[in-house]
Amino acid sequence: MPKAAKDNLAMEFSLRMGDNCLILGQQVAAWCGHAPVLEEDIALANTALDLIGQTKFWLGLAAELEGEGRSADDLAFLRDVRAFRNGLLVEQPNGDFGQTLMRQFLFDAWHYLVLTALLSSTEKRIAEIAEKAVKEVTYHLERSSDLVIRLGDGSAESHARMQTALDDLWRFTGELMTPDSVDEALAEIGVAPDLGRIEKQWAEHVRAVLQEATLTIPEGAYMQQGGKAGLHSEAFGHLLADMQFLQRAYPGATW
Amino acid sequence: MYAQQVKSTGARVKSLEEMDAQERAFQERIDAGIKIEPKDWMPEGYRKTLIRQISQHAHSEIVGQLPEGNWITSAPTLDRKAILIAKVQDEAGHGLYLYCAAETLGVSRDQMTKDLLSGKAKYSSIFNYPTLTWADIGAIGWLVDGAAIMNQVPLQRCSFGPYSRAMIRVCKEESFHQRQGYDIMMKLCDGTVEQKEMAQDALNRWWWPSLMMFGPSDNDSVHSAQSMAWKIKQDSNDELRQKFVDQTVPQADYLGLKPPDPDIKWNEARGAYDFGEVDWEEFFRVVKGGGPCNKERLAARNKAWDDGAWFRDGLMAYAATRDARKVAAE
Repeated sequence: MPKAAKDNLAMEFSLRMGDNCLILGQQVAAWCGHAPVLEEDIALANTALDLIGQTKFWLGLAAELEGEGRSADDLAFLRDVRAFRNGLLVEQPNGDFGQTLMRQFLFDAWHYLVLTALLSSTEKRIAEIAEKAVKEVTYHLERSSDLVIRLGDGSAESHARMQTALDDLWRFTGELMTPDSVDEALAEIGVAPDLGRIEKQWAEHVRAVLQEATLTIPEGAYMQQGGKAGLHSEAFGHLLADMQFLQRAYPGATW
Repeated sequence: MYAQQVKSTGARVKSLEEMDAQERAFQERIDAGIKIEPKDWMPEGYRKTLIRQISQHAHSEIVGQLPEGNWITSAPTLDRKAILIAKVQDEAGHGLYLYCAAETLGVSRDQMTKDLLSGKAKYSSIFNYPTLTWADIGAIGWLVDGAAIMNQVPLQRCSFGPYSRAMIRVCKEESFHQRQGYDIMMKLCDGTVEQKEMAQDALNRWWWPSLMMFGPSDNDSVHSAQSMAWKIKQDSNDELRQKFVDQTVPQADYLGLKPPDPDIKWNEARGAYDFGEVDWEEFFRVVKGGGPCNKERLAARNKAWDDGAWFRDGLMAYAATRDARKVAAE
């Protein structure tokens, strides 16, 4: 494959990874000061910090591969809805704390497996980012798995809330593991993993945790698609409006 | 970031001769600069004053997350967002170890939380002002954290060991906070006309509330003498306020900004800046609940606590069943 074509694919991949981290980090950070207990304020801030840090690496690489002089900040703050490549799962609203935790868990399980596979990516810069990120995400997954188990198998109310969260969010998980032409081409040249393999490992981990949590995976949900192609939910534009406000209101200013 | 309205016992300070043997030994330890630790004997007034001061300080950290947290989702760059998250997280961390320090005096975190949420306990009034623009995040770091450091540096030498040690750690982080705030202000003042206006406007709004952080004027602050004898407090409110003005006016000059006080003038004879009188009516009004955001701040904390009840209960229920299962298995 010619270098330009490979770079283009790697850029698209970095955007997807970066946008997932950015949008999830953005949402998790909104909990600061509003969590159910002080220790959770601190833990969520940690997760958000890790994700924003990873965003800088991924969007930095995407900007570099694009080679048009844009920065990671330009990509984060000056793209519109249709140019974002994150999965639908991470843009789902915070909801109650159960929704936030379930979203985190379903994403962490995927994130961890993808990053682990990326350690042997043929694109060195991608492998390097994965190496830094996987340490943080290992902990994210440990934490979210543990909390899903405790709350699922906790009180009647916590069980009900976690089950509702799972029912609501399940339909956004399939997209992460359904390859499009970009994913297929990336897997072929060894830049990114085969998503079919990720799906098997993901299902194994998620099923085990949900079983221990006494939660039931919803049957027959239609798996929504669109995030990778820039087809997002109605709330997404509002999320961007909040996030991009200063860069949009004061074009060209530095901060 | 600190406790601004601490009432101590209100009683006149006893002389060593008036004290019984236990109290005298206690005071002599303090006078000798030896730290008091949680298991040591202490007068009830000392314990109560410290519980009130440390818990107010902790509450201030907790409520203090809210005005700055307001800008986390709208921070202008990825770096600024990360720095702000880290800063707000530090505040939650300060709250946590201050609650722990207060717990060593025999009050539970649940009780302190209850007192905050009911409005019984106070927190620093500065957090009852709103953050309207990004420059407010700079001004808070620069002025509010600056004033907090001024208050907290002497507290590192406080006679109560756990509080003193907590303050040593808190002060390190606060000085990073102040620098990041000043850095935001520098960027704004080097930026566009609109950005510089934003910076000046933030200084205009945060200047007086920052001066109020040091508490009432010494003339009206009747409870300080005992706290000073116990080395809970080391400098008077007015001394600290003066120090803050002397430090901050040149920093504003450097930014090309002007504090909103026409009476600020260098006084050669005193070797300090003269400055105008704080609006004490506003100060007491905001302390009593009449600030722009008192209601919103408490409502936000109550909502977080109430909405989180099922989460806390769920974790407790899990722990209880797990323990029961363990017992059954044994």
